[in-house]
Amino acid sequence: MDPHEKKICQPSGGCPSSERAGCGRRDFLKAAGKAALLGGAAMVTGCSAGPASGEAMKLRWKEYFKKHYRLMTQEEKEETVARLERLAKLKKGLDVQIGSEASIEGVLFGYAFNVSRCEGYMECVAACVRENNLDRKSNTQYIRIFELEHGQMSPEVGDGKFFHEVPVPDHFYMGVQCFHCDNPPCVKACPTGATWKEPDGIVVVDYDWCIGCRYCIAACPYYGRRFNWGEPVVPKAEITKKQHYLGNRLRHRGQMEKCTFCIQRSRNGRLPACAQACPTGARVFGNLLDPDSEIRFVLQNKKVYRFKEDLGTDPKFWYFID
Amino acid sequence: MNKSPFKDIVPFVKDTIAWNLSGGPRYQIFLCVLAATMVIGIYAYMVQFSVGLAATSMGNIVSWGFYISNFTFLVGVAAAAVMIILPSYVFNDKDLHKVVIIGEVVAIGALVMCLMFVFVDLGGPLQAWHMMPVIGHFNWPTSMLTWDVLVLNGYLALNLIVPAYIVYCHYHNRQPNAKRYRPFVFISIFWAFGIHLVTAFLYQGLPARPFWNNPLMGPRFLASAFAAGPALITVVLIIVHQVTRYKIQPQVFNKLRRIIVVSAIINLIMLFSEIFKEFYLPTHHSLPAIYLYFGLDGHDSLVPWIWTAIGMNLVATITLAFNPGDNNPKVIFPACILLFIGIWIEKGMGLIVPGLVPSPMGEVVDYAPSWVEICVTLGILALGIFVVTVLLKPALIIEMRYEGTSKSGD
Repeated sequence: MDPHEKKICQPSGGCPSSERAGCGRRDFLKAAGKAALLGGAAMVTGCSAGPASGEAMKLRWKEYFKKHYRLMTQEEKEETVARLERLAKLKKGLDVQIGSEASIEGVLFGYAFNVSRCEGYMECVAACVRENNLDRKSNTQYIRIFELEHGQMSPEVGDGKFFHEVPVPDHFYMGVQCFHCDNPPCVKACPTGATWKEPDGIVVVDYDWCIGCRYCIAACPYYGRRFNWGEPVVPKAEITKKQHYLGNRLRHRGQMEKCTFCIQRSRNGRLPACAQACPTGARVFGNLLDPDSEIRFVLQNKKVYRFKEDLGTDPKFWYFID
Repeated sequence: MNKSPFKDIVPFVKDTIAWNLSGGPRYQIFLCVLAATMVIGIYAYMVQFSVGLAATSMGNIVSWGFYISNFTFLVGVAAAAVMIILPSYVFNDKDLHKVVIIGEVVAIGALVMCLMFVFVDLGGPLQAWHMMPVIGHFNWPTSMLTWDVLVLNGYLALNLIVPAYIVYCHYHNRQPNAKRYRPFVFISIFWAFGIHLVTAFLYQGLPARPFWNNPLMGPRFLASAFAAGPALITVVLIIVHQVTRYKIQPQVFNKLRRIIVVSAIINLIMLFSEIFKEFYLPTHHSLPAIYLYFGLDGHDSLVPWIWTAIGMNLVATITLAFNPGDNNPKVIFPACILLFIGIWIEKGMGLIVPGLVPSPMGEVVDYAPSWVEICVTLGILALGIFVVTVLLKPALIIEMRYEGTSKSGD
């Protein structure tokens, strides 16, 4: 957001109300000050159709014919990223930074979830929704927390829709998300190769290459994937602008998406949003190849288990008990 | 015949179009109804295109619905043409040879519908080129879906080439050269089994879905297809027999009936075997079957359908087996329709939805197609019937003319 923009958007109250609706109704008002500035910019760009829309058309045309992300050279990756950033600016007045950081050698990400610590506060879910620009309209969530009674061991018999004060005595909580299998059935299923496992173990989707056949959903035994049935809606003020091509950049209808271990954060040495948000410290994330990492300590010293291990998917996501 | 083969094509195309446009008022009304239904389908698809698949009742749990159900069923109908092709070309069955063209045309119609159902199910239809080899990225041989794309398009090509060549030769009153088309006929016989096995493998290869992850699925697909497909062909033959001058010999109905009965009985035996496995000692993996046959957690939208389907299958199989009317079309026609609808329910919604419910996280939901899904489906069915009509009409006229000339020695 540069100062020049702020100046333009201040007197922009006269834009058609349809423009404002696109920015996300109630949430728009909620985040008053900031939203007004950002939204104003969008209206300005939206209202001044002329040369800007011509440029947008050209960019969209080029985007349509771009290659599969994995087949692009570094130069081509930078070009598409630049186009997407410019399009976000032209169409929504957003200053997003879309990264294309590759995986780092010697890094293999893994996750561990402490079932004795989690108390079902769902802070991780809220943080994930915000960080990953998940569709607010259909209430898309990558993470689900299941409430289980003692004696139960699988979310299949637990309650994934609980809505009451937590923690409930004699119950425990189990979070599920994409487990980033080492042997992912979704990758095998995809007819266009639009989903694959990166060298650092993260299973990603090239949103723009996905044709929306949903065979990967059928193949996933963990309910790890989410489809954009309609056009996703994220209130402009709440959009996370630090993005990654394979991560939290804005998706469109008809595209598959999923947890990426917050690739835009983890590849820059930060914890995924869920792990950072967890108030009980139930979530452990780190490099499986680093012998001094916390995740390695957990795997070596705790009693760990994995969900549906019999399917041979080899998830890089472990549950453990204190 | 000194003319080049290309010069011969012009009158052939002109005549086929002319024959298709001619016809009595009932035929014209029939075409108008088909066109109107297709327009409704196109309108519904436009709604879906503009709002996305949110216009359907599918969701992240039931992620495949009515479209894929119809696709799966129609692959079987397409494959079933082999039950006429095989005896007529390999065993030189004279009776079935006369209707082989009808079987092939029904297969073409079914394949067109299959490809359309897959297409309308795509979330990104504009991105469909991503799957094309060379210009896109075709994840073959890993993804079973790419195998399915290959076998379906290949089978469509085979079923277009062979009859087109034979009909074209007959149009010019020439004897088709068997050496030229027989290799394709043999390939298409293997290919027919291939399309349906590959489609079954699409589902049975997924350990995530215990209801589908069942080695019996492929064989059962074939058995049900070889019942439903010839049932549909019988229905088409009865219609052809009644409304056109192309007469079908009674032996043909008898032979088809036998094929249907044997296949339907094998299908019922396999169904019984599956039901036994699910309910003798039910496990967690039997939940989809319980959901299908009895309902689970108060969700029982499929229960009336599946029992109706089983009832229809039994009644139709028994009727066709004991053959009370002695191949009377008044008995065979409703029995075949009953069997066709029974297998359509069982192998469509009755197969796809329980594969996805309960979800991998144990959630149970109900699914019923939305108006958009129903209208798009009706549009595609109308397109299929339209394709069959416009291919069959000129083909039968040419065949009758050719038979007439060869008999009278003109």
